[in-house]
Amino acid sequence: MVIPAQTLRHSFLRHNKKFPHVWCPGCGNGIVMAALLRAIYRLDVSKDDIVLASGIGCSGRMPTYLDFNTLHTTHGRALTFATGVKLARPSLNVVAIMGDGDATAIGGNHFIHAARRNLNLTAIIINNSIYGMTGGQYSPTTPFGARSTTSVYGHIEHDFSIAELAVTAGASFVARATVYHAELMDRLIEQAMRKRGFAVVEVISNCHVQYGRRNKLGGAVEMIRRFKEQAVTVSRAKRMSAEELEGKITIGVLKDRELPISTEEYKKVRQRARASRGGKV
Amino acid sequence: MPESAQTTARQLLQGNEAVVHGALAAGCRFFAGYPITPASEIAEHLSVLLPAVDGTFIQMEDEIASIGAVIGASLAGVKAMTATSGPGFSLMQENLGFACVAEVPCVIVNVMRGGPSTGLPTSPAQGDVQMARWGTHGDHPVVVLAVSSVLDSFSITVKAFNIAEKYRVPVILLSDEVVAHTREAVQLPPQNEIKVVDRIRPSMPPDWYKPYEGDNRGVPPMAAFGDGYRHHVTGLIHDEHGYPTQNRKEIESFHERMARKISRGFPDIQMTRGFHTRDAEVLVIAYGSVARSALRAVEDARSKGLKAGLLQLITLFPFPRSTVTPLLKQCRAVLVPEMNMGQISREVQRVNQCDCRIVKHNRVDGQFITPMEITRDLLKL
Ligand SMILES: Cc1ncc(C[n+]2csc(CCOP(=O)(O)OP(=O)(O)O)c2C)c(N)n1
Ligand code: SF4
Ligand SMILES: [Mg+2]
Repeated sequence: MVIPAQTLRHSFLRHNKKFPHVWCPGCGNGIVMAALLRAIYRLDVSKDDIVLASGIGCSGRMPTYLDFNTLHTTHGRALTFATGVKLARPSLNVVAIMGDGDATAIGGNHFIHAARRNLNLTAIIINNSIYGMTGGQYSPTTPFGARSTTSVYGHIEHDFSIAELAVTAGASFVARATVYHAELMDRLIEQAMRKRGFAVVEVISNCHVQYGRRNKLGGAVEMIRRFKEQAVTVSRAKRMSAEELEGKITIGVLKDRELPISTEEYKKVRQRARASRGGKV
Repeated sequence: MPESAQTTARQLLQGNEAVVHGALAAGCRFFAGYPITPASEIAEHLSVLLPAVDGTFIQMEDEIASIGAVIGASLAGVKAMTATSGPGFSLMQENLGFACVAEVPCVIVNVMRGGPSTGLPTSPAQGDVQMARWGTHGDHPVVVLAVSSVLDSFSITVKAFNIAEKYRVPVILLSDEVVAHTREAVQLPPQNEIKVVDRIRPSMPPDWYKPYEGDNRGVPPMAAFGDGYRHHVTGLIHDEHGYPTQNRKEIESFHERMARKISRGFPDIQMTRGFHTRDAEVLVIAYGSVARSALRAVEDARSKGLKAGLLQLITLFPFPRSTVTPLLKQCRAVLVPEMNMGQISREVQRVNQCDCRIVKHNRVDGQFITPMEITRDLLKL
């Protein structure tokens, strides 16, 4: 089902917020935003029940434009605020939007612990392999050898995989898409939001302005086309060797498992507390 | 296991436990924290008591996460707090600033221990007073309260929540190792005698709601996430809608309102206690556990014929200038004993418009200031 862009605009963009937005033309952030809105449209939950939290970075500006309960937190901390919101009001559908630096450098500790804790939250990480907002410094996902404003001689550290980190840390659901695969992305986000448990969607995105340019990867179109060429589905990746997977981007659902959810477990804690001496309040 | 808050029988409580009962009595239903001595008992007791009253306790991965979760819970409409000591309080500073800018009511307890850094775990100190005032970056008013006894730890915690809710500010409650770990026999008031203030919620239709438009006191009504008043909350300086702004007028009016809402509340926020101040010729200004020693010292000095008085500060910031300044006029000398190098004495100095002699008495060796030390200094004034 194709959802007309106009429907999305009229349903979800804030009418009293002055546009234009802060993003560069061609930035992948807009593609992720549209995918998120399509997912929410299909989920058919009241806008009043959605909380969109973000950290700091280009990606962090997304909630400003959207007509939900929106929370633009501090750099790296979106998941901590989201945790408080969700625990205080579990009926809310809470989504955190983060950048690669935001979620896995300064916020890395929160990210792994949110995954381990397994609250019923959705985390979307826009991974553009760079600190976009601050002008193109290297991030935890900048590849070895790449150029950034703080690695002009070539990057000497190794990147890690955000999705695999989430799997290892214990997330219930982990998926990956690229901004080329916009429709896959909205299905994955929808699945993540439906999932009971901590659900992560990593989106490989283009920052042609700060990353593409310095690494001779062309503009937005060239970068996005490259994502198409690099992408292999989870099922295909399973039949490929490690060497064949070099330089590829595995897309699809990487992990989907049922684990106890801490909001549910906490209900039991409350029952136990009431039944014990602590309950004599 | 701790007794419940509603117990009005006489009981032996620690300062930290009294904070817990105060918080529950004030309606706190969310705590997020990270263990640190000498504050851990607050977390431990709340982990037992909160779930029994449909509240939530969570131990986070660090103090940054703890205050983040507290802010999130408060935005979702639940009264929330965290408790820590110096090292954790340092980590909280950035998000504390967020709570100031986004006007999120919450209470942050700092049970002070010797610093800097890991410092002196866990000897008493009052080294975090100016940090509580200025620790987060930027210019903004802040409310800082100090407790001196177990009973204070109960009643001032209630007051801290009330101020947080009434003015939409984070309130920092300073305790210290002595107060936190001393056990005293106390009788807590019954719940129906405790004044509890809740944030004002919007009453207008959602379309009319401007989340950062102050009422006549400068305090905007606060909708909780999920109440149907969808709005934006950010750490960026924002306009009345909560949207980021670069507009000079809007930036200025934001700062002006932040300052005004607190300065209009001075009479309500600035709490002090005077002992023998009416005819005092020399005065001690003290706060926290040191105020206890100071009271004893003042009584000793009186018995030796010196007209001494004590002004105990409960509110450290906004500094209760309107109470302090007239006493500086009245007294020929003021002694300020503190377990730091002189963090409140500099405030006293700042509001001294009449050449009153201000004498410091400082201890930073991890030892408590005794009544004898203060009496000795008083008799020399
Ligand atoms: C505590 C703190 N340190 C540094 C910054 C500056 N800063 C703002 S955004 C950013 C990096 C953003 O990179 P990323 O998370 O990848 O998001 P992107 O801009 O690429 O979407 C940094 C370092 C900050 N705002 N706060
Ligand atoms: S700097 Fe990069 S990430 Fe930021 S808006 Fe521009 S293209 Fe997008
Ligand atoms: Mg980035």
